[in-house]
Amino acid sequence: MAGQQRVYRQRIKATQSLKKIFRAMELIAASRIGKARSRVDHAMPYTRAITRAISAVATHSTVSHPLTTKREDTGRVAVLVVSADRGMAGAYSANAIRESERLRGRLEAEGKEIVQFAAGRRAVSYFKFRRRELAGQWTGGSDAPARETAQEISRALFARFTADAGDGGVDEIQIVFTRFTSMVTQEARIIRLLPLEIVEGVAETESGTVDPLYDFEPSPEQVLDALLPRYIESRIYACLLQSAASELANRQRAMNTATTNAEDIIRNYTRLANQARQSEITQEISEIVSGADALAAS
Amino acid sequence: MAGPLTVDVVAPDQVLWSGSAERLIAPTVEGEIGLLTGHEPVLSVLRAGVVRVRGGADGDAEFTIDGGFLSFDHDVITVVVEPVVDEAGAAVADEEPAES
Repeated sequence: MAGQQRVYRQRIKATQSLKKIFRAMELIAASRIGKARSRVDHAMPYTRAITRAISAVATHSTVSHPLTTKREDTGRVAVLVVSADRGMAGAYSANAIRESERLRGRLEAEGKEIVQFAAGRRAVSYFKFRRRELAGQWTGGSDAPARETAQEISRALFARFTADAGDGGVDEIQIVFTRFTSMVTQEARIIRLLPLEIVEGVAETESGTVDPLYDFEPSPEQVLDALLPRYIESRIYACLLQSAASELANRQRAMNTATTNAEDIIRNYTRLANQARQSEITQEISEIVSGADALAAS
Repeated sequence: MAGPLTVDVVAPDQVLWSGSAERLIAPTVEGEIGLLTGHEPVLSVLRAGVVRVRGGADGDAEFTIDGGFLSFDHDVITVVVEPVVDEAGAAVADEEPAES
């Protein structure tokens, strides 16, 4: 009987210390998420400016660039998954990975070969466990991505895209990341990075205004050459930042739920412990009384 | 002269300067370019150097850059810069006192 009580007390203690950890992680995530969101916002003007410039080049000149044209000589597709470095973020990483597996299935059904890239320790260990080969991996700093990481990733992907078919070149580059729509909605998304599809932000001139005739310095090709790597890098950086904000939001939510669950468990165990104590007391009383009775009778 | 230029100077992770100004001087790969209102639309690649904003509503500004590009269209200038890599670089350039 006394043993039971002790077990309950132990469990309560253990859950209480877990609860403290959950609460702390929730607060940390909550405090970082503001920063992550403001980084997303700060990176927006740059991305927008580059996108607008690129669409200007694309619409006002007739340059064809290797990066904007389709290639189909290799039959390979590079897929980059952006996930978290640590768990404790609910289904965040699992969702991104599941989305990428779906994409993989679709591409393989089309007869393509996948060249897998992974950012974030969770995705890396997922693929390692399944003994899938990773063409490139980046870990560390998934909740506060550095620009250098984005640069590295874009260089690696870029090199793949420009390589020949024999050197492991790829037809397409797809990115799976988690888009941060709001604090409560984040969804895993797939975007095609290369070849470029320039659809967003093409400034359609209203009828009546004359199309501005851009003067390209030094030449449209060179402008595009200078712009595209930056564009890709900024897209990747934006994906990383969005994913970071999503990760933190997910973690905050998961930890909040965990704290509530811990509280529930503590409440249940406290009741059970009280019950055990009560029944122990009752039993002791009855033992004493019956002992006294037995003594009095003899 | 016509109305002022609308200038945005953006770095990958932040907006460095935003507002209206009279003149913008930037180092392109083909030499310095000075932009006033009414200039023809231009998209130009920048080399390392100093971007100068003159006659801004809240003073002049200078940015030391590593590269970038600028687009000019309907008196709206967007300068996309790679600020010099040293950590305080962008901030230092931002705070450089203007001579006027």
